[in-house]
Amino acid sequence: MSPVEYEPVIGLEIHVQLKTKTKMFCGCELSFGDPPNTHTCPRCLGLPGSLPLPNARAIHYGLLIGMALECELAPRSIFHRKNYFYPDLPKGYQISQYDEPLCGPGRLGDVRIHRVHLEEDAAKLVHVGASGRIHASDASVVDFNRGGTPLAEIVTEPDVTSAEHAREWLTLLRTTLRQLGVSDVNMDEGSLRCDANISIRPKGETQLGTKTELKNMNSFRFIERGIRAEVARQEEILRNGEQVVQETLHFDPRTEAITSLRSKEEAHDYRYFPEPDLVPVTITSDMLDTARAALPELPAARQERFEALGLQPDTARQLAWRSELGDYFETALQANGDAGSPQAVANWVCNELVARIGDEDPAGSKAAPGAVAALAGLVERKAVTPNNAKLVLDKLVNDGGDPAQIIEAEGLGALADDGELEGIVEAALAANADAAEKIRGGNMKAIGPIIGHVMRETKGRADGGEVTRIVREKLGL
Amino acid sequence: MPTDLTAVQAAEAVRAGELSATELFDAYRERAAADDLNAYTWVADAAPTEAPPADAPLAGVPVAIKDLFCTEGVPSQAGSRILEGYLPPYTATSVARLAAAGAPLLGKTNQDEFAMGSSNENSGYGPVLNPWDRTRVPGGSSGGSAAAVAGGSAPWALGTDTGGSIRQPAALTGIVGLKPTYGAISRYGMIAFASSLDQAGPLTRTVADSALMLRHLQGADTRDMTSVGLREEIVLPTAERLDGIKLGVPEELSGEGIEPGVRDAFERSLQLAEELGATVESCKLPHAPHALSAYYILAPAECSSNLARFDGVRYGQRVEADTLMDMYTRTRHDGFGPEVKRRIMLGTYALSSGYYDAYYGRAQRVRTKIAEDFAAAFERFDFVVTPTSPSVAFELGAKTDDPLSMYLNDFCTVPMSLAGIPAISIPNGLSDGLPTGLQLAAPAFAENKLLDAAHALEAALGFQRLDQRETVA
Amino acid sequence: MIDREQVLHVARLARLELTEDEVEHMTGELSKVLGHIDKIAELDLDDVAPTSHVVTVENALRPDEPEPSLPRDVALASAPAVSDDGFLVPSPQAG
Repeated sequence: MSPVEYEPVIGLEIHVQLKTKTKMFCGCELSFGDPPNTHTCPRCLGLPGSLPLPNARAIHYGLLIGMALECELAPRSIFHRKNYFYPDLPKGYQISQYDEPLCGPGRLGDVRIHRVHLEEDAAKLVHVGASGRIHASDASVVDFNRGGTPLAEIVTEPDVTSAEHAREWLTLLRTTLRQLGVSDVNMDEGSLRCDANISIRPKGETQLGTKTELKNMNSFRFIERGIRAEVARQEEILRNGEQVVQETLHFDPRTEAITSLRSKEEAHDYRYFPEPDLVPVTITSDMLDTARAALPELPAARQERFEALGLQPDTARQLAWRSELGDYFETALQANGDAGSPQAVANWVCNELVARIGDEDPAGSKAAPGAVAALAGLVERKAVTPNNAKLVLDKLVNDGGDPAQIIEAEGLGALADDGELEGIVEAALAANADAAEKIRGGNMKAIGPIIGHVMRETKGRADGGEVTRIVREKLGL
Repeated sequence: MPTDLTAVQAAEAVRAGELSATELFDAYRERAAADDLNAYTWVADAAPTEAPPADAPLAGVPVAIKDLFCTEGVPSQAGSRILEGYLPPYTATSVARLAAAGAPLLGKTNQDEFAMGSSNENSGYGPVLNPWDRTRVPGGSSGGSAAAVAGGSAPWALGTDTGGSIRQPAALTGIVGLKPTYGAISRYGMIAFASSLDQAGPLTRTVADSALMLRHLQGADTRDMTSVGLREEIVLPTAERLDGIKLGVPEELSGEGIEPGVRDAFERSLQLAEELGATVESCKLPHAPHALSAYYILAPAECSSNLARFDGVRYGQRVEADTLMDMYTRTRHDGFGPEVKRRIMLGTYALSSGYYDAYYGRAQRVRTKIAEDFAAAFERFDFVVTPTSPSVAFELGAKTDDPLSMYLNDFCTVPMSLAGIPAISIPNGLSDGLPTGLQLAAPAFAENKLLDAAHALEAALGFQRLDQRETVA
Repeated sequence: MIDREQVLHVARLARLELTEDEVEHMTGELSKVLGHIDKIAELDLDDVAPTSHVVTVENALRPDEPEPSLPRDVALASAPAVSDDGFLVPSPQAG
């Protein structure tokens, strides 16, 4: 009997901090890295008698997200109170949305969206260890600066099929949100946070297995690794004939260990009820028009537009999904009249430039978009060989500058078609008579030493194809 | 004596130059400082250093404010030990509006803890005594405000009403108490009991005083998204007759459960109303008998959530403990009184998993039916009239061991709260030497009409308030 | 009706410590009140919409414009326990 093959079924819950000026329910400015408790007021401290005031821009951003994810927008939605005690929750409840969220079912790429709703973020709890100030041997300090930051929670259907798929789809989501301008979508700073609901089932089955919830993974890499580790853990459980327990889990990226977050306390009972301090949100045609007008070009549309420029689908997708690359590419195309063809420029950006800058924003690189475009053009016009062009790009990334000037200054330009190369090839054939004899005998592989000789002589400025052509001509092939 | 004047009269006297605002303030401040009813939890040290501007409509007439209104730098404890000594960093909109109109803060008045109670015996700062009979309760939860006005130590007072907390103490102390339409007055800075029911309002000597205060309290507030204000400016009432006015007397709120003496006084008033030209007919509010049940689900549910913020972290009292859980549970055990704990328990239970639909969900539907009942009644009648409280002031301690009998006290006032409609209680004559109240309820936003009718009845009733009696004596 | 176990469970949800005496009282008092309240179970409310709010306004929203925050010393002024710059609590992980 062959071992059962399992397939993962994964749903994602993504919390996105919205980039409004002020908090969800008060006028305190959002901050990152400011001194603790300097962005608070009676409302976000939950002082007695204070009342929440919903931020109109947060609703607007919620609508933009709903539209971008092709969601059904609820004509009327309401806020609920989610009741639980925790020091980072000043009112003893979180204002969130429950059974009447702002956005219903939608889709992004190959993953269906279940819902999108708005809520307020919790404050930051910093563990400070032993403290003489209170009896507790172990103390924490609450900083309410973050408390009340607007959040959009995006919940997907369980359409994600693997750890890689999760990472790829989240990249698309992040780009979409960045394009919308609704969030910094920075996982390091916590403006994008992801939980995953994970179950596995024998391939071909339709019934879902018991799921676990993997909490608060704070980078795309950890999400991928965390999901992979949890899927492996569940497979082992099932192969051992045991049952997966439904629970909340934590993935430690350093040790790859998965631990249960289940507390000793009773299961949560959030006692949701409609928030009586707020009135319903009803989406007016004005609000819809404003949101529609503010909707930028989204990755899917951008990819199509790039393909229409003649780009390969893969390249177009890479540029569209990683919007800063797309922006760089478009600036490059516009910047220089001597730019290479779109596909050539795109290749230089997606392959060579990315190889040099990694995940950094290319806009921050010393290599100006116009310079890279010009370099692609120079290669296309054979003014520089591809290999030497890579050296030029190194220079551009390190020091900036103009590719033509670098080629000039470093003597990296391709040999002009003026007979000079012919002489060098003749000399190379003479110096490598054995090789020349073999080539004449039909063994083209023997051309290596000849080309090597020419390249040494020309410091790489010769075009390899041209050298081959001359060799064949000289040997009468 | 300046303290003999109603608020309307005092404001006129100050504006006419016959009385100085400082003299008026000091006269009341002295009385408030000497108060022996336990009506105050804080009294101002001195008159405001700056006289009100000459055109200030309230002309410096001081106002007593229920403890649960936040007042910057002044203790605001909502009658609870958990907030002992709490000094808010901001002032409630309604208090600020009164101050801006020229009514400075005289003192903070005692109340049932977090406005939960009908006798003021649930205060963490001791019970308030009824100035008519110091062995009896003044009603609640705005008992301190009512006792201050009835006892003559304040010209008028601000209270809050969630299920009768202005109207019932006004009735039990022989003064006027108005609960406006829900949303008429900002709740910003009012320490919440039940958010969807809480409404601020005046406790005053006369209907005209209530109108004057309401004029300056009402209005939408950008700091409270549920505030809408009234649709027209409040004018001082002038009506003397009730010609053409149709009064509906709901069977469910005027028969069984009403003390005979209270019923007699009520019936005399109905007769008087007819003499003023009104027609009086009985009507039905079929769901009113279930109002109390709905109320004692909805209000505790909201309060269980509203009071979760009293956790010993950011303000108020804390009982130190080694674990967070113990810090929470002991802080809340020691900080809250028995009635508050009962309601938190009741509300938490009603919202908890498995019970929401049976309790909270049903209560919300009963609320719909009660509003529909009133809407139907107002198609036939201008006002619905009932006794405000089924009994006169009861003796201290009489009901403290029986929460349910205390709750049943609210059965005439709770239906209007659930429907969000305005209702006023005016003195309705005595029963066994103690005041009774007459309640008139009107459709939402009909405050001017309501005040006019109440004013006509008030004049015809000619009730002699305690402060008037004591002056005579 | 509510029994002792339910009272203890609800007290824990509400973060209320109750003494043995209080548990007993609470069980009796709440049962009595619930006995009265339970009468609404008799009503036929199937086709009735719930009322969360009597106000009919909708979309009461605030423009996204900053307002001054409290100075930190004011924010911390009423706190029972503070560290230099924040609210001090027993650690949720402890115990």
